[in-house]
Amino acid sequence: MSTRQAHSDAARIDPHSKTRTTGHEWDGIEELDTPLPRWWVITFYATILWSIGYFLAYPALPTLSGGTQGLIGWHSRASVARDMEQLSEIRGPVLERLANAPLEEIEARPQLLSAVRALGAAAFANNCAGCHGAGAQGAKGYPNLNDDDWLWGGKLADIRRTIEHGVRWDADKETRSETMPAFGRDGMLDAKQISIVADQVRAMAKLPGGIATAQGAKLFDDNCSVCHGVDGKGNHDMGAPNLTDALWLFGSDKETISSRIANGGGGVMPAWKDRLDEPTIKALTIYVHTLGGGE
Amino acid sequence: MSDIARNAPTGGLQKRLETNSILLLLAILLLVSIGGIIEIVPLFYLHNTIEKVEGVRPYSPLELSGYNIYVREGCYTCHSQMIRPLRDEVERYGHYSLAAESMYDHPFQWGSKRNGPDLARVGGRYSNDWQRDHLRDPRSVVPASIMPGYPFLAQTPLDAEHIVEQMKTLRLVGVPYSDAQIDNAKADLSAQSAPDDPGAEALRRRYPNVVVNDQTGRNGVTEEDALIAYLQHLGVSVNFKLYDDKAAVNVR
Repeated sequence: MSTRQAHSDAARIDPHSKTRTTGHEWDGIEELDTPLPRWWVITFYATILWSIGYFLAYPALPTLSGGTQGLIGWHSRASVARDMEQLSEIRGPVLERLANAPLEEIEARPQLLSAVRALGAAAFANNCAGCHGAGAQGAKGYPNLNDDDWLWGGKLADIRRTIEHGVRWDADKETRSETMPAFGRDGMLDAKQISIVADQVRAMAKLPGGIATAQGAKLFDDNCSVCHGVDGKGNHDMGAPNLTDALWLFGSDKETISSRIANGGGGVMPAWKDRLDEPTIKALTIYVHTLGGGE
Repeated sequence: MSDIARNAPTGGLQKRLETNSILLLLAILLLVSIGGIIEIVPLFYLHNTIEKVEGVRPYSPLELSGYNIYVREGCYTCHSQMIRPLRDEVERYGHYSLAAESMYDHPFQWGSKRNGPDLARVGGRYSNDWQRDHLRDPRSVVPASIMPGYPFLAQTPLDAEHIVEQMKTLRLVGVPYSDAQIDNAKADLSAQSAPDDPGAEALRRRYPNVVVNDQTGRNGVTEEDALIAYLQHLGVSVNFKLYDDKAAVNVR
């Protein structure tokens, strides 16, 4: 095509549209040079002017040893650090009182308590709701925090320790590490014995279909009572649940109970000591304590 | 301005460029490379863009396998791994991400979209059991979740046949795997996959703060185990109690 290309440089006024052409002409086809709307052109140049100001004000161009720093001295890290400082100034007085007051005192003072409940609710939604549920109602394997059934104790100090160090969280040396043995898997009880103990436990909990037997009572006494207590009411120091109430973490049917006896183990909760600050841990402790079932 | 536009093509340079395709190509390359040089080259020599941070280590073989599954399943399309230096993000997710924390990701998984939450600091926030429950059926633990379930990961044995080759390849592009780490890749992988494995201590020595799988799977090591090992390592490398936020600000 290029050999036959006719390239004219003559701009002219197009008689039909009364608009100037660009002067480009390719094989008889010409192009109109319709001017852009004035507002658009002004906006376009304004943005270019703005960018010059922006370049000067903020860190923009790299140099050999660093980069331009900008006239207003903005830095993304300094900016967020300042925002966080402002936040702690706003919250400061309350947080300081929280950090210094004992848990019992905070709970006894309505003014502190309401601050703690607001702080605790936000922290709970962010950090705890994933497992314990948005309403702390729990799920299978994740304890309900609204009831008065506590695995590791429902006193303020108990709850605080559980939050700080977690449960069976190996990375924390002070974690609550007691765990139920795998009576079946590790060969302490055979399948028949497990079935008998499961029936016994269900009878102790007054579940329909539970069968109490002399053999069951003896097996329970020999194997389970060390942690769950002779009467099956549990032991907070061992994280052993009360087996006589109507609340079950994993389920109350015979199959589930048998499986728990056979495989042992238990839930795992992370330690929050290094993730949350002191006032937040206190707020969460009190928030959980006041949910309904605190001891 | 329309005057300029009208008169320009008559000028020598533009006319020559527009009528000579090779010249035009070279001019385009020149122009584009100016942008590239100014934006990319300084990243290699400017101190504040290559900040070294204590604690970041290459992924263990099991974590690396999990990373591969994270990429394969496209987790990055809905989850970011980039906590921006903004107050609300720092409040929710923890300390903002540092470039060094993803320096051994090839490619990085910063993402650009948050249908789900940011995962840059998800490591250690949940138990392995929770991660299993959640991957198999997200709504069993988070009723409002819109994440699809990945139950098949628990049934799929992990294919780690090429893990050694991958580690060697990563070493080529700058991930500092030691010879010992590469030689013991298979042993480390099984040590991290099973509780009570005799190799656990050597694994911990080679990969500090590694999280060992706490469940012996019936199907051997699964893709789910690998993905969880990866997730549990996200964002836990740097101890922010020791990290100096202000250092980079003052250096400038």
